[in-house]
Formats: sequence, C-alpha cells, structure tokens
Amino acid sequence: MTQHVSPPRDGTGKAAPLDGPPAWRVRLGRADVRTLTLLGVLAVLVLIGGITQPDSFLDTHNLQLVLTQASVIGVVTVGMTFVIVSGGIDLSVGAIVALSSVWATTVATQEYGFAGILFTAIVVGVGCGLVNGLLISFGGMVPFIATLAMLASARGLALQITDGRTQVVTVPSVLDLAERDSYVLGIPPLVLVFAAVTVVGWLVLNRTTFGRRTVAVGGNAEAARLAGIDVRRQRLYLYLLSGLCCGIAAFLLIALAGSGQNTNGNLYELDAIAAAIIGGTLLTGGRGHIIGSVLGVLIFTTITNIFALNNLQTDVQQIAKGAIIVAAVLVQRRTASTH
Amino acid sequence: MTKLTSRRGLLFGAAAVSAGAVLTGCTSNDPDDGDDKAAADTQPAADDKPGKPVTIGYAGPQADHGWLNAVNDQAKKRAEKYSEITMEITEGSNDTAQQIGQIETLINKKVDVLVILPADGKALTQVGLKAMRAGIPVINLDRIFNSPQAYRCWVGGDNYGMGLNAAHYIGEKLKDKPNAKVIELAGIDNLELTQQRTQGFDDGLKNYPNIKKVARQAAEFTVESGQSKMAQLLQAQSDFDALWNHDDDQGVGALRAIEQAGRDDFLMVGGAGALSAFQAIKADSGVLKATVLYPPTMAASAIDLARALGQGKGVSGLAEFEIPSTVTCYSAVVDKDNVDQYMSTGFK
Repeated sequence: MTQHVSPPRDGTGKAAPLDGPPAWRVRLGRADVRTLTLLGVLAVLVLIGGITQPDSFLDTHNLQLVLTQASVIGVVTVGMTFVIVSGGIDLSVGAIVALSSVWATTVATQEYGFAGILFTAIVVGVGCGLVNGLLISFGGMVPFIATLAMLASARGLALQITDGRTQVVTVPSVLDLAERDSYVLGIPPLVLVFAAVTVVGWLVLNRTTFGRRTVAVGGNAEAARLAGIDVRRQRLYLYLLSGLCCGIAAFLLIALAGSGQNTNGNLYELDAIAAAIIGGTLLTGGRGHIIGSVLGVLIFTTITNIFALNNLQTDVQQIAKGAIIVAAVLVQRRTASTH
Repeated sequence: MTKLTSRRGLLFGAAAVSAGAVLTGCTSNDPDDGDDKAAADTQPAADDKPGKPVTIGYAGPQADHGWLNAVNDQAKKRAEKYSEITMEITEGSNDTAQQIGQIETLINKKVDVLVILPADGKALTQVGLKAMRAGIPVINLDRIFNSPQAYRCWVGGDNYGMGLNAAHYIGEKLKDKPNAKVIELAGIDNLELTQQRTQGFDDGLKNYPNIKKVARQAAEFTVESGQSKMAQLLQAQSDFDALWNHDDDQGVGALRAIEQAGRDDFLMVGGAGALSAFQAIKADSGVLKATVLYPPTMAASAIDLARALGQGKGVSGLAEFEIPSTVTCYSAVVDKDNVDQYMSTGFK
C-alpha cells in the first residue's frame, strides 16, 4: 500500500527510522518491548520512592495523588499523541487549557452551574482546535506556526477575560469532583475520566479506520492521499480532537484547582510532547502509542512526586527531568534499531 | 543592595537637589529666605491641595496577575485624586523592547516625571538612564534598575522583610511548643525575590530554636502549581505546625489542596495580600490565620512621590526638602485583629 520511504521532515537529511516494512505490520512487537521498558522504568522509580520514603510514598493517598496529578496533563497528552502520530504538532495545548479554564469560570458561566462550566470548557477547547485545524488543513499553514499563533492569541484572550485575576469556582458540584468524598471505590473521578480518555484513545488509534488513517497520514501523507485518504479533513479532525482533549483537561483542572487562571496550563505543550516522545511516539509521525504516552506522563508525575516527598528543590528536579528525556530517547533509539 | 543604593543614591540625590532647587525657584515659597526656622516648619511638603500642574508618565508591565493589576489600579486612582496631575499611561507590556519604546515615547513627549515599573529591571536600566539624562526624573517602582543613576527614587517592597515577618509571626505563635515543625511553599525558584523571601524566613526562624523548617517546595505563583505542590507537601509531612506560603495567588491552590486532604492541624501564613486571603483571615474558618503584605499601594506612593518631585517639594512628615532616594515599603503582617484596615487594599 505505502512505499517504505519516509521523507525527511526535519531538514537534517536523516530519515526517520521507518525503513523496512510498513510501520503498522510490526507495531505490536515494538510496542510490547517499549511498554515493558517503560514499565521497568516506572518499577525502578517506585522502588526508589519506596526505599527513600517508605511511609509517605507507598500509601493509598499518595497513589491517588499521583494519578490525580497525572490526569490533567494525561488527557492533553492523549490528544497530543494523535497529532504527533499524524506528523503534526500542537504547541497551543497549554494556552487552550488556560483559555478554556478561564472562559468556563467567569461569573456569567458559573451561573449555569456544573453543566455550564463543562459545556463551555469543551466548546472553547473544540473551537480552538477547529481554528487550528482549519488554518493547517485549508489555510496551508505549517502546524508549528499555526499552533504557535494559537498559543499566543489564546493566552492573550485568557488574560483579557481574567484581567490577570484568579477566578475562584463557587459551584459545589464541580469542586466535589476532586474531594475525597466523591472517590468511587477509592478512585478519584478525575482519574476515572483520565482512564476513560486513555481507553477510548487507544481504541480509536489502534482499532478504527480513523486511527489507521492517522498513522498513514503521519507515515507518508502523499501516499495516504494517493490511497484515497482525505488528508486535509483527517488533519482537521485531529486538531479538533486535540482541542477536545484540552477542553476536558481544562474542566478537570477547574475541579482540581477550584479556579480558572490565565496562567493555567503553563508549558503543558512541552510536558505533553515529552511524555509522548518518551512513550515511543515518533516526532516525525507515522508511529505512536497511547499506552506509552500515558506511561510517560506517569513516569514524569512519579518523579515529581518522589522529588517533592524527598524535599528536593526545583533545580534538581529540572536537571533530572532533562536527563530522563535524553535517556528515554536514547533507549528508544536502541530498541528501534534492534527491532 | 539597599545600602549600596542609598549611598550612591545620596550622591545622585545631591544632584537632584540642585535640580529641585531650580524648580522650586519657580514657585513663590522659597525655603531659603533667611528664616532660622527648622526645615520641618518651612519646607514645601506635598499635601492634598492642588499645586503646580505635573504630567506623569507611567509605564508598567502587562498586568498578567492580580498583584500587578492592583498596582496599576492604585497608580491610576491616586493620580485621579489630584486635579493638577495628568497621567500618560502606556499599555502594559512584558516585552522589554516594547517597553523601552514606550518609555522613549514618553521621554520625547517631555513628561515631567516618569514612574516606571520595568518588566525586567536590569534590561530597562539603559532607558532609565536615558530619561534621567534628558532631565526627566524617574521613580523606579519595585523591580530595581541596575544602576542608581537610572532613577531619582526607588519605591518597592521588602521581600526579605516578608520572610522575616512571617517567621516572627509564626515564631511567636509556636514559641511555647517544643520541637515545632514548619514548612515553606515558595514561589518561582529562579527569581531573586523568592530567594530573598526564603532567606528572610530562615533568618527569622533562627530566633526560635524550638522551631525547625522540615520541608520546602517551590510552586510557580499559579493556583495550579500551588495546589499541586501543596498536595505533595501534605503527603510528605503528616505532622507539622505551621506553613508559610509566599504568595496568596498560589495560596488559593494551596488552600484547595489542604481542603482536599482534609487537614486543619496547622496554621498557615500567606504572602502579598490578596482580597481572598483577607476574607479568609477575617472569617477565621480555616487554617489561614495571617498574610504578610507586599503592598500594591506602593504604586500610589510612587505617584505621590512623582507629584512632589514634579512640584519641587518634599514629603510631608519628613524633615528633608526633597523626596527620599529609596523607599522600602514595610511588609506588615495582617491577621484577624487588623484585617479590616487593609481590606480595601486587597487585590483580586
């Protein structure tokens, strides 16, 4: 179906390691190795956490805490994974989360209660995604530029709405979502949403035509077009999807932090991209793993948690985060070349 | 920093005095008319009565959080209070190049006095120098320029003092408790002000040998980061007596995390002076018992100083003929007893 030629996208002249048979045929094997590697990393982290802070780390509350903190960025990362698999990038996710969260927490919106906040958060997210998608698919803009423009203007609009003020949420039913009383069998509702998004994301990417089209567009857009895929429409849908994920994440964040602020979602784009890359999604497109991305998010959140519990300071945390990204990508290269 | 500033500032102040003397020469009440009265009696101090018209150029950063918003509001409201003051306000910008351009425009317009809250103090030093050389005195608000030659007067907050006063408040509350434990939720770690606040806090706690700081994490002045870091701190420390949070904005998130964890076994002190914090302190229903000010009213004071400077007057209540070269605002502790007095200065 597709030719096994992956055109260099980054201009370095280095082809992505996609040579050999089409990606979809060996995806499972690679995914298994990668998932195991990531689970191994996570296991090592849990071991480190358990040894350094046996009381506070190995504790139900802490597990709930880590998963809750992973939920917001996790949902964003699932959307980001789709975009990256298609060979695109969405730099505007953090800004969209910020805009959705402030639009959904204005006094006017809060009057409509739970439904009003949820509806606004999602519609604003999807709306921003739609603009991104239209600019990229039909405006012929490079994703990097289009979403960079969205990053700037969405943050600007968020600032204009809030005037720099913190919008505190006073709707009890929204706040309750992040309270211990509402945990379902010990699982916070936010984590349930994260899990649902992950499962749906995995099914869509791996078990539907939509998912196969996404991979095809990312692997070789021209070949995908020749094979009869409406590449432009597919891209439009993908940025819509990313926007939708941002809207959901914004709602979770509103419940968690109990407020909307124009500084919300700061640098989410980098966190989401980093988690996706660690999880084995190729930045050049054509291959990606939802489970890997989610594990990437969990690894980052667990590291942050262990650092905080051990009272290590920001500088050490940042150095370690950088080192882990490098290490993970190096490992990924090895596994990719040996397979 | 302040010492260095004031010494060099004095030298410069002397130059400004002569400039001031020329200006005062234009008004009718010349202080040097041979009387032997004390300076305090004869000095033309700024008061509420309208004086010589003064145009003040005001350049601030983009008000992207509550405190900066309050600063801009305070400046505008203060200027409206005086009929003889005309304000030239630039659109707030966080872009250094853009702010430099805006200030250069104000210099070209030949405003009488400039009040500048730089987006980045170091980066805007040159334009401060340029204004001063053009004969326009600069009131440098809060974020300090690199060189004292770039401003006539610096007005700002006391970050070290915030930490110190927070430590003293907590220390007095816990002084009878043996082996008391304290934790700190700091602001953005790579800002100098965060380091100063932490230094002040640590120095203050040294006065209380029974108190030990057991943990510190840095958030990012945002609600989201406050919630996240506080949740982890609460998980890490199952038992402590007091918490100092550097910033009331991130404090909204911290309080949320405390509520989610169902904890109420400690006292919390905030920082900056947000309205929501004042209201919580007044209601006295949660852990938040006090907050340490970083007063946005400093912007109103900057306008007052600019007006006095423009009219060649000193500050009422001080003996000098001219305004001071540095004013460091006190980081008062606001608790239930005095919160009413500060309520109107709280920012959203």
